[in-house]
Amino acid sequence: MMPFTYERAQSPAAAAAAVARNPNAKFIAGGTNLLDLMKIEIETPRHLVDVNRLALDKIETTPEGGLRIGALVRNTDLAADPRVMRDYAVLTRALVAGASGQLRNKATTAGNLLQRTRCPYFYDPAQPCNKRQPGSGCAAIGGVTRSLGIIGTSDACLATHPSDMAVAMRLLDATVETVKPDGSTRRIAIAEFHRLPGDTPEIETTLETGELITAVTLPPPLGGQHFYRKVRDRASYAFALVSVAAVVQKDGSGRVALGGVAPKPWRIEAAEAEMPKGASAVMALLLAEAKPTPENAFKRPLSERTLATILTQARS
Amino acid sequence: MSLPADHSISRRDLMAGSMATVVAGATPLATATAATGSAPPTAGTPAAGTEPITVEVTFEVNGQSHDLVLDTRTTLLDALREHLHLTGTKKGCDHGQCGACTVMLDGRRINSCLSLAVMHDGAQVTTIEGLGQPGHLHPMQAAFIAHDGYQCGYCTSGQICSAVAVLAEIKAGIPSHVTTDLQAPMQPTNMEMRERMSGNICRCGAYSNIAEAMAELAERAA
Repeated sequence: MMPFTYERAQSPAAAAAAVARNPNAKFIAGGTNLLDLMKIEIETPRHLVDVNRLALDKIETTPEGGLRIGALVRNTDLAADPRVMRDYAVLTRALVAGASGQLRNKATTAGNLLQRTRCPYFYDPAQPCNKRQPGSGCAAIGGVTRSLGIIGTSDACLATHPSDMAVAMRLLDATVETVKPDGSTRRIAIAEFHRLPGDTPEIETTLETGELITAVTLPPPLGGQHFYRKVRDRASYAFALVSVAAVVQKDGSGRVALGGVAPKPWRIEAAEAEMPKGASAVMALLLAEAKPTPENAFKRPLSERTLATILTQARS
Repeated sequence: MSLPADHSISRRDLMAGSMATVVAGATPLATATAATGSAPPTAGTPAAGTEPITVEVTFEVNGQSHDLVLDTRTTLLDALREHLHLTGTKKGCDHGQCGACTVMLDGRRINSCLSLAVMHDGAQVTTIEGLGQPGHLHPMQAAFIAHDGYQCGYCTSGQICSAVAVLAEIKAGIPSHVTTDLQAPMQPTNMEMRERMSGNICRCGAYSNIAEAMAELAERAA
């Protein structure tokens, strides 16, 4: 690990300014992903701005009847919040499908959105990776792609976004609240928050330099039955091959978002109109643009079957 | 640096001593003390060098307060093992994948390898040494022995810390991936134990006995 200086931020705006004025600075919250990457020098910040003591750890109801989740709310606390378990069960289900109990106790809401891909080539400094080292190439193309993306990927990058929580957030139409280094604030729809790789896979979100997430808000509850079904190589503590988040209403309408298949939580609202017709019709639209490799082509039928299971469960 | 209480030379101390001889003469630490009082603590000045940057950290481990001067890079795990000589907590993968380093931080289990010591100024840490000692074992330690919940023992302190925390998490109503009804009281079933312990890997495969040790305690508490 490279040596780094350390400071404890006194306010969200001060934290944002501290990171903006030092090109080698990074925020640290839970640290469960950043420190892992710092140990293998994939992340090499020379200054850390610790945001853990900022008072961003509350979950409050909003005037509209939704929830405002502080950026520092730990994954465990978000999953176990009685309002989330009752009204946004898909979020609880997604959170507890991810990582381990120890990691969820530390990992934060904002950090979860910002975690880096688990593409094995990103993690291997001996391999070219456009995300890790822009312009170096993509070793995944023509390499081992079983766990990688089938849609939204590019000629520069096949990586998937690893988060389970973000898939539920996308399904629920969450909004990311931020503060910029000049103290101004903005709200970013979750659909606009993560970027597709294009030819700049190193730029993963629409956040500006130093911009700090302060909260994630949820609109009023959707009702319906909530599902998060994750398919992985072992029954616990593994990243998704495919995950399906869904809310199904009594009349068969609903919402669907996919994890494990794309560089961001994958949801196309138009595809959801097909829900009463079944999983096959939904996936025909949702994955119409898919460009799988022979090795990960299984993700398409797996997504469809996983949604079919959910729809069967919803009817029973 | 404090020595273990009995000052006897263990295999580990001998190896650590030999290592120190090899690296002696390396660049001395560039000490920059953190500001105190109300000013924001900032360690060092932004530098492009490769010299270590140190910071003062105070936290409580097993009820005892410790003042340390640490390289900012020091993980909580390394602070416990290398600086406080609490070697019950083990380093396995050092990447948060195996759970051998599990400790309680302010009452919650975490991977001490994926957390910087400097982030925990003022925190309370409980390690396996603080849970119980020979002669006055924590009930979970006794249950692991009774149920043969280990073989080589390397993962055991992490397993026990996690197991104690898991029962508390179930009691506190924290859901897991296998919890069927989010609105009903959480139950300490075998499936719940297995799911919640998945962040603690045991190469010897003592899992079923660990789950039995936990079940015994859960039944006793019920």
